[in-house]
Amino acid sequence: MIRVQAEDFDPGAEIAALSDACAGAAGAVASFTGLVRGNDDLVAMTLEHYPGMTERQLAAIVAEAESRWPLLGVTVIHRFGRLLPGERIVMVATASGHRGAAFQACEFIMDWLKTKAPFWKLEERQDGPHWVEAKSADDDQAARW
Amino acid sequence: MKLLYFAWMRGKIGCGEESVPLPEGVDNVGQLISWLQGRGPGYADAFARPGLIRCAVNQNYANAVATVTDADEVAFFPPITGG
Repeated sequence: MIRVQAEDFDPGAEIAALSDACAGAAGAVASFTGLVRGNDDLVAMTLEHYPGMTERQLAAIVAEAESRWPLLGVTVIHRFGRLLPGERIVMVATASGHRGAAFQACEFIMDWLKTKAPFWKLEERQDGPHWVEAKSADDDQAARW
Repeated sequence: MKLLYFAWMRGKIGCGEESVPLPEGVDNVGQLISWLQGRGPGYADAFARPGLIRCAVNQNYANAVATVTDADEVAFFPPITGG
C-alpha cells in the first residue's frame, strides 16, 4: 500500500492494519517513521513532490524490495506540504515470515526512497527559506544494496 | 511537449509548467537543455550547471542522450531530498 498525502497518519494504526492483513503467515513486522528534526532555528519544512512520478517511483522501489525479500506486505506513506518540527514525514512498514527480511527490506526501501522518490525539502529558517541540498551520504547508503 | 520544473529550478525560471513545440534540431535531453539555456536569463541560471540537474521523461529518470519527442512530458529538477 503506497500513499502520498498532505495529512498526517497514525503509525500504530498502519502497523496494526498491515499485521492484520497478513496475520497467520507473517512472523515479523518492521517499521520506520521519519520526523521533522527541530534543530537550529528551523521554523518549518515544506515538502514538494512530482505527483505521478512519486507514486511510480515508490511502486518501483517496493517491487524491487519484493523481488529481493519474501515480503507478505508493504506500507509506504510519504507526506507533502508544510510540516512543523516533530511532525511525521514518512513511514515504511514491511511484513515477512522472519525478522531479517522485514528489517532489511524496510531499510532498503527507505534508502532507495531517499535517492529516487522525487521530493524536495524547503526549510524555513529565521533568515528565510532555503532548499535543502542532497547529501552524498544518502547516495552511499542507497548504493550499499 | 510538456515541460516541468521543480524546487529551486521553478523559482529561477519563474514557472513550474509550460508547453512548447519540440524545438527544431532537438532529439534528446542534452539538446533540449542547450536550447532551454538560451531562452533567457532565468533559464540560463537554472541550467547553469547541467551536471547538477536531474531529468525525467514521462516520469522515468532519463540521461542526456535519452530521446525526447513532441508528445513527451519532460521534467527537470535538482537532486532529490525526500524521506
